[in-house]
Amino acid sequence: MAFKTIKRPKISIGERFYLKALLGGLVITMKHLVLSIIGKSRSKKELGGSGIGVTMQYPEYRWDKHLPEYYRGYPVLVKGEDGRERCVSCQLCEFICPARAITIKPGEVPADSQWNKVEKAPVEFEIDMLRCIYCGMCQEACPEQAIFMSQGYLLTPTDKKAGVHNKAKLYELGGTKQGLVNKWNAYK
Amino acid sequence: MIDSILSFCDSVLSNQYWFFIITLLIKLVICFAITIAFIPISVLIERRVASFIQDRVGPNRVGIPATIFKRFGMKADLPFVKALDYFGLPHDGRIANICRYFRLDKDIPLLGLLQPAVDGGKLFLKQDFTPPFVRRFYFWVAPMLVLAPPLMTAAVIPFAGDLETPYGNINMVVANLSIGPLWIFAISSLSVYGLVLAGWSSNSKFPLIGGIRSSAQMISYEISMGLSIIPLLMIYSELNLSNIVQYQADNGWLLLPFWGEGLTVERWVLLIPIVISFIIFLTSVFAETNRTPFDMSECETDLVGGYHTEYSSMKFAQFFMGEYAAMIVGSSLVITLFLGGWSIGFGIDGWLLDNCGNWISTILQLIFYVLKLAAFAFFFVWVRWTVPRFRYDQVMKLGWLVFFELAVINIFITAAILYFIK
Ligand code: SF4
Ligand code: SF4
Repeated sequence: MAFKTIKRPKISIGERFYLKALLGGLVITMKHLVLSIIGKSRSKKELGGSGIGVTMQYPEYRWDKHLPEYYRGYPVLVKGEDGRERCVSCQLCEFICPARAITIKPGEVPADSQWNKVEKAPVEFEIDMLRCIYCGMCQEACPEQAIFMSQGYLLTPTDKKAGVHNKAKLYELGGTKQGLVNKWNAYK
Repeated sequence: MIDSILSFCDSVLSNQYWFFIITLLIKLVICFAITIAFIPISVLIERRVASFIQDRVGPNRVGIPATIFKRFGMKADLPFVKALDYFGLPHDGRIANICRYFRLDKDIPLLGLLQPAVDGGKLFLKQDFTPPFVRRFYFWVAPMLVLAPPLMTAAVIPFAGDLETPYGNINMVVANLSIGPLWIFAISSLSVYGLVLAGWSSNSKFPLIGGIRSSAQMISYEISMGLSIIPLLMIYSELNLSNIVQYQADNGWLLLPFWGEGLTVERWVLLIPIVISFIIFLTSVFAETNRTPFDMSECETDLVGGYHTEYSSMKFAQFFMGEYAAMIVGSSLVITLFLGGWSIGFGIDGWLLDNCGNWISTILQLIFYVLKLAAFAFFFVWVRWTVPRFRYDQVMKLGWLVFFELAVINIFITAAILYFIK
């Protein structure tokens, strides 16, 4: 048989009156209320609550310690451990970005540079943080491991200009990353 | 000078008509102040209790930002630092840290008590948008029709005991009608016009459904509401709310007959119909005021926003205030009929009158009345955040098939008890 008949639960007369369920509900909500006020709500510790309920009072208390590994903050550019800027301005991230937040002006690596083998590097790299939706597509698309989602989330631009992160700012936020990309090393 | 003023006041108050007018004005102010002030208070209760129930904090951020001192020309950046220096305390000592914990360095906290005021200000400043497709006149009239009836009905509810002055007896009710409950039912059912007109004039389908639902619901529950208090009127043999409360003060609240005549067998047997009446009446008040679990007319899961979908700014706020005002008047009616109105209870009223004088007892009664109202506002909020919304057919079934019959049967039970048990 393709279907199964499920019997409706029988509702007793007491349940039909609904008063018992009502009172039970009122007791439960009251319990929550009292526990919140005395600051003993359930799973308050795990959620890092401060004071009433499980709420963390944000600017005073921060989630930072509890941030999971996979947390996606704002995107940043990183340099390799050898100090080379990893981005080769291939513009893949610019094209994949669903919010069109990234604007790259590609340029050449000067011939006398140690890394002139790389040929290209961004002259300017801007991410408009007012457009960015923190999706992480740029990180996925990047063939050079140059752009990463950081753990930072505290961005409070006071005007639209301040909302745009330029190359210097992105590198400053990103810092250096260890390992991984070795293909441009001199001996190869 | 002062003597002449006093004698002038004396002569004015001795005049019966002036005395009446002046006391009436004072009573009006008190009555309206209670009702109007309770709207933001119950909004605050609503938001805070709701958030406590959901393990949140609720509005607690409204305070006076300390930066305001700088804006008004203070040189040093924060008065907090200045104050620490003044007392010679280290900037990161224990006391400073405790103050920081309570955010005293950032603002002067008011525990979020200012939140309703700020909300009101926000509603004033919002764009008042009238959609082009509405019936303009009715669209404008509807919010007023919702807000006015509850404020009118508040007039017949006594908020304290009588006050005896050398010039005469002041009855602490704006309009001492001998048809109190009937007046309330007559006027409060008018607010259904506001909802229906809002729904219809919005010229849009969801508000229309909301308006129609609310009219059906309010009319149905009006019946059980009216029938459920008939037993009470039989017990009181009185329709004047002041006298009803006075009776309860002397002989025990209807639901708690613990003193005076309330200790007779008859009163205890009468508790059975009274409790039934209480449940029906309370539920009907919920339904009448369109509060969850009965807010069919604005149930956002299937009607967007119900009858006020197209409203914005202050016109929306009027609906909002109307709902809360209706809730307050409804709860004051429950208090007046079942829980002794302004009376402090347990025979304390009489004791106070004898030992502490008339003024003190009246003021205490007023305070007690306000406290009872606050408790009831809490109860409304508590129920709202506990019980899920009913289905529309369930609401109608409950009203017509359960409460209506129950209320009618209840009348006969009461009559029988009153007749046989003496
Ligand atoms: S995270 Fe998403 S939206 Fe933001 S810059 Fe990267 S691709 Fe664009
Ligand atoms: S960040 Fe990565 S994907 Fe974007 S331009 Fe640079 S190398 Fe290409």
